[in-house]
Amino acid sequence: MSATRIDTAGMPARRSAAPALILLAALVAALLIAPVWIYPVFMMKLLCFALFAAAFNLLLGYTGLLSFGHAAFFGGAAYVSAHAMKVWQVTPEVAILAGIATAVVLGLVIGAIAIRRQGIYFAMITLALSQMFYFFCLQAPFTNGEDGIQGFSRGRLFGLVDLNDTMNLYYFIAAVTVLGLLAIWRIVHSPFGQILKAIRENEPRTISLGYSVQRYKLAAFVMSAALAGLAGSLKALLFQFATLTDVAWNMSGEVILMTLLGGIGTMAGPVVGAAILVGLQNFFATSGFPVTIVLGATFMICVLLFRRGVVGELAHWLESRKA
Amino acid sequence: MTTHPAAVRSDAGASRAVLSARGLTKRFGPFLAVNNVDIDIHHGRVHALIGPNGAGKSTVFNLLTKFYTPTAGRIVLDGTDITAMDPARVARMGMVRSFQISATFGDMSLLDNVCIALQRPNHLSVQFWRPLSSLDRLRPRAMELLDRVGLADMAQRRAADLSYGRKRALEIATTLALEPRVLLLDEPLAGMGHEDVENMASLISTVARDCALLMVEHNLRVVADIGDEITVLQRGEVLARGDYATVSTDPRVREAYMGSEDGGH
Repeated sequence: MSATRIDTAGMPARRSAAPALILLAALVAALLIAPVWIYPVFMMKLLCFALFAAAFNLLLGYTGLLSFGHAAFFGGAAYVSAHAMKVWQVTPEVAILAGIATAVVLGLVIGAIAIRRQGIYFAMITLALSQMFYFFCLQAPFTNGEDGIQGFSRGRLFGLVDLNDTMNLYYFIAAVTVLGLLAIWRIVHSPFGQILKAIRENEPRTISLGYSVQRYKLAAFVMSAALAGLAGSLKALLFQFATLTDVAWNMSGEVILMTLLGGIGTMAGPVVGAAILVGLQNFFATSGFPVTIVLGATFMICVLLFRRGVVGELAHWLESRKA
Repeated sequence: MTTHPAAVRSDAGASRAVLSARGLTKRFGPFLAVNNVDIDIHHGRVHALIGPNGAGKSTVFNLLTKFYTPTAGRIVLDGTDITAMDPARVARMGMVRSFQISATFGDMSLLDNVCIALQRPNHLSVQFWRPLSSLDRLRPRAMELLDRVGLADMAQRRAADLSYGRKRALEIATTLALEPRVLLLDEPLAGMGHEDVENMASLISTVARDCALLMVEHNLRVVADIGDEITVLQRGEVLARGDYATVSTDPRVREAYMGSEDGGH
């Protein structure tokens, strides 16, 4: 065999974290000054969906599991947070925690059943179970059926900061979203994240190395559900209502669209995808032109012309230029 | 935990049988793929499983590694009955397999490929809160393993970009990271060029000094070279077993297999 000398000091270093830190600093700076030019409510909506898509991407992009039922976690958490604020009159942070807890429980149940199957069957099971949850929400008395839960005060964060003030709310949602994105970044770039990637790349091989992949998949599923729940709770807090739209299958479809549009398996992709989708929705909402046609066309262009997604194509172009 | 009587008997031989199967049978519906196969894999020896296409070699291989559940029969690893265990647990007990189609983590570097295997025994696989730098302490060992298979100078390359022969070598390095007691290789030389075959064959015989090794292989020249024990399968049953000289002179084997192939490939 080769006589290469093993010199650990001379080993090429892992890719440095500097670009990621620069990106993070730019993101934080942009978020701080964005409300000067951009309508804060639009920004907040965008942030909620960016976090939702990033949570979804943790599962699709980094574990290779396509869930078609993420609306259950997003909407379930939104309902419970809204209910907690309206009926239990708790502070917003407690309501958000209640929402996340709901998403975790739903994630455990749906995940434990779905990970027994792979590929399209996995997707169909998640869809079926989330539709069951949709009908539960339609029937359950506390969700108020078609009306949804609405008309509650956002209250004071930790009993101190009034979130009914738009700028307070903006900085709170921006901070929580950044923390959520950082959590995803950490999970992806961790020893655990490496095993998730290994499962994505070659599941039988990962099993043959002694990993009980079902446990890793379930853990990833629950983490993704929890973060989707956080996004749903933030959305309920922002719009002060939770309705059936949040748990319907369209919502599961939208988050897939955002992730594919931005680029699966990239950190910035879901954020960009969410920005494009929410931006288009907002722009065409007032135009009278049916927004679904625009979204459909956007998706087709994406699939036909840049299959890696916006960020994926950009990263690929930069790589190839470097090479 | 039970010890199979037959396994004990084989222990009385020159070396210890680490892995033993008795009466191994697998049905797929009405089709009897493997029928009543007995096999013993010994420490420090290369055991080759050969036979014509469709003889049931890969099925036996998947049964031994628990990727298939046997319809009947028992499998004992180091005195422990593993017949009902799941494949991940069997792997944790030290029995590691390779795959017919080379199994690497394509979008990861060679170094990361080997680190994946090192993470579990080093208890670094569930920490989702720790940075990737916590895996740095595995890297010297991973580099050693890559060096052992001649891939140290391309540690940062993507596994998907490797040539076929090098992917197989990477797979061996990944497997060795687990310090297996039993190593099962599914056609390790298939599709390799002449030079790669020689390198891999010498690697296999070196590796077999420290573990029990079973390989399914078509290349009879290599089997003759490095195989200490050979089991010939035909239509799911054991046709002959023994060293290469014994097996290759067996008239039934000559008729069923080698007659047509003339002992070479």
